[in-house]
Amino acid sequence: QYVPVKGDHVIGIVTAKTGDVFKLDVGGSEQASLSYLAFEGATKRNRPNVQVGDLIYGQFLVANKDMEPEMVCIDSSGRSSGMGIIGQDGFLFKVSLGLIRKLLAPKCEIIQELSQLYPFELVLGMNGRIWVKAKTVQQTLIIVNILEACEYMTAEQRKQALAKLSGK
Amino acid sequence: MAGEVKTKLSKNLLRMKFMQRGLDSQTKKLLEEEEKKIISEEHWYLDLPDLKEKESFIIEERSFMPCEDLLYGRMSFKGFNPEIEKLMIQMNSRCKEEEVEVDDKMEADVSDEEMARRYETLVGTIGKKFLRKRDQCVLQDEDEDGNSNTRPSKKAKKKFLKPQD
Repeated sequence: QYVPVKGDHVIGIVTAKTGDVFKLDVGGSEQASLSYLAFEGATKRNRPNVQVGDLIYGQFLVANKDMEPEMVCIDSSGRSSGMGIIGQDGFLFKVSLGLIRKLLAPKCEIIQELSQLYPFELVLGMNGRIWVKAKTVQQTLIIVNILEACEYMTAEQRKQALAKLSGK
Repeated sequence: MAGEVKTKLSKNLLRMKFMQRGLDSQTKKLLEEEEKKIISEEHWYLDLPDLKEKESFIIEERSFMPCEDLLYGRMSFKGFNPEIEKLMIQMNSRCKEEEVEVDDKMEADVSDEEMARRYETLVGTIGKKFLRKRDQCVLQDEDEDGNSNTRPSKKAKKKFLKPQD
């Protein structure tokens, strides 16, 4: 179970769009709120095009046990720096929080090995959600399977699996 | 005849602003101190000894990010999304060199030398704008002299000619 922490970058799913505020499901005990002005270049007239069911990569502005967590897609200097609506296509899946920590470690072998295979894009949320997009559906699913499985594989098993794939 | 008995002004009246303007600084201070005394006597306070605040050596940190120096969550490989690849370089270099600010060197359209040259002449041209009219005339002469040395300078600096009787 994920506990929202201030400053954490997470992937949220838009569940409701009420007036000026979106409700996002971040996998915690409560839904997070996200104001439509918390995007780069958003003004009252220029609203971001967010629909229910969209994926959003943002960080927590407020996250304590007394209040509803609040998210923003903009950093302290007003730039989006990669946050915002995650584009079309791709695949979202859930893993354990420990795996995310492992994957985000500075020198993660899994990610390095995967990056040698084929071009793809990856977004890791601290709430245990990973979004993957590659050129074909098959490639995407391969990456998903590896990431899910590598939690319980040893390094050697992983290398074997990857060798098989790159051999194909 | 009015006696020498001075009517005593009440304290409250003396405390009013318009009365205080005439006072010296010393008497003002005295009055302030007296007021403070009155206030502090009315304030309630605990008659307990001061408890020393223990400095706790435990700092609570709820996020993983600073503990393990985690990377940025958005990644792209083999050129799938070039913007994110740029971001990756930015973010990850920020983590490692937090003290040294990485200056974004934008590719200049105009080289530094040309900028310096242009700026030199720019200062001159804008400086001319603020000269008085007479000085401008002199400048013009100087320029003309500079350009064509053979031509004798006919225009002398115009002085005020007194009207002859």
